[in-house]
Amino acid sequence: MPVRKTIESLFEEVAREQRRQLCPLSDDLELLHTGLDSLSFALIVARLEDSLGYDPFDAVERFPVTFGDFVKLYESHSG
Amino acid sequence: MWLWGAMTASDTESDRALVGDRATLHLRELAGLSCLGDQLEQLRGRSAVIVTPDPFTAAILLIELDGVARRMVLCPPDLSPAHFPQIVREAECDAWIGDPSPAAGLGIGTVAVPAPPSATGASRRFTHETEWVLLTSGTTGAPKLVLHTLATLTNAIAGKAPPAPGTVWSTFYDIRRYGGLQILLRGLLGGSLVLSSPRETVSDFLGRAGAAGVTHISGTPSHWRTAMISGATAKINPRYVRLSGEIADQAVLDALRRVFPGAVVAHAFASTEAGVGFEVTDGRSGFPATLLSAPDLPAELDVKEGRLRLRSRGGGLCYLGKDATPLRAADGFVDTGDQLELRDGRYHFMGRSGGVINVGGQKVHPEEVEAVINSLPWVQISRVAARKSPITGAVVVAEVVPSALVTGGGAVPGEETKLAIVEACRQALPAHKVPASIRFVSALEVGPSGKLIRANA
Repeated sequence: MPVRKTIESLFEEVAREQRRQLCPLSDDLELLHTGLDSLSFALIVARLEDSLGYDPFDAVERFPVTFGDFVKLYESHSG
Repeated sequence: MWLWGAMTASDTESDRALVGDRATLHLRELAGLSCLGDQLEQLRGRSAVIVTPDPFTAAILLIELDGVARRMVLCPPDLSPAHFPQIVREAECDAWIGDPSPAAGLGIGTVAVPAPPSATGASRRFTHETEWVLLTSGTTGAPKLVLHTLATLTNAIAGKAPPAPGTVWSTFYDIRRYGGLQILLRGLLGGSLVLSSPRETVSDFLGRAGAAGVTHISGTPSHWRTAMISGATAKINPRYVRLSGEIADQAVLDALRRVFPGAVVAHAFASTEAGVGFEVTDGRSGFPATLLSAPDLPAELDVKEGRLRLRSRGGGLCYLGKDATPLRAADGFVDTGDQLELRDGRYHFMGRSGGVINVGGQKVHPEEVEAVINSLPWVQISRVAARKSPITGAVVVAEVVPSALVTGGGAVPGEETKLAIVEACRQALPAHKVPASIRFVSALEVGPSGKLIRANA
């Protein structure tokens, strides 16, 4: 599955679990406005590491602000 | 020591303010204002539990009650009402301040309901050296009650010169938690203070703090990571950025340096039990070993069996309750439970002993999560541990040995069993204690003592 698809489905899965209303995902949507809280993002990052095998935050230069930044961070890492 | 007395004695600037999300009060106006009005005198000499969701009201209540109440218990807004009976019993509370409905079932006769601050004719009068009780998380999930006084809480700033004129403090923490209370007291005793509110987003809070000209701002590394993800850090331009309550790793320190090139980025060690230990301002994670013998720290430091211990007049006095364990060792040191590793002359924080997990500044004891998981019919035994997270510092993960109910007939446990376990945890535990992931294993290693082997214990 492409990285973007994996990420999108995890956002949906975690939002469902955390009983949060997820906004429609688009590249310019700010993470803060996705409807998720920091614990939700922690869960997403942990599960992405499980499925993709890496955590790009280890060497992050700048924290992602939009959903597009977030996807790019993972895509650039997968090379 | 009296908070109102100290506030007025240090009131050398005219426009110091307490800034909430819905109101701003100049400290000088506070002299004639009260949230309790006529109810205040009924609370004189009482042991009062303060239960209000609003930090701004809570701040004014603390100012009003110090010197009046015999004891006040500060309940953070996310405290489960299930803990009220224990708190009232252990702190011997005979007064309740807040929404009156839960008080009836607790056998408390005196109930005061705070209102927005309004003019009062009465002037403040000191009669009691008030005890301050803070809550911290215990092994069973029940809070532990730590006894402080205003003197212990202000130990780290006692005798220091007042902050430069124009200093504006702020904190992501709730002021009922130790880290937030430290900033509240600094703000009340010198400068102005912007309080965060659970009602607002990180971005709105930083907008308010920026508009008020915040110069000194504190939070956990998780608060700061969330702030950086919010993209709203440009709304503030602080001189001093402080991290505490969790391990500050090099990545978060470096990121903050890039975001606030003009600020001192300091990480500090403090805990509800041990008080304020020290701060590190060299931009590197961990702390230099030379700090152990440095003079003029708020606390004496010591490393024993790889764990950080602190001794200071700023530590808690004791735990409250009939079954309370001692807070200090016989030599007066408080074991912080934080494990250290010495590398190249520098101590690095390696996590908590006893496997305590720190999720975004909130403690999780693995045993309480294991107790929930182990009670399920699909589970033989489980082990809960921390996993590093770039967002909240750590998340909770669980390894589970499925029971014969699942594996009978050679069946392999599947996704639905995982989901059922997570759902059961979600029913029984707050969100930060629910495992982020569950892994099935065939066995867990048990040590000679009959206890599960833990990486960190």
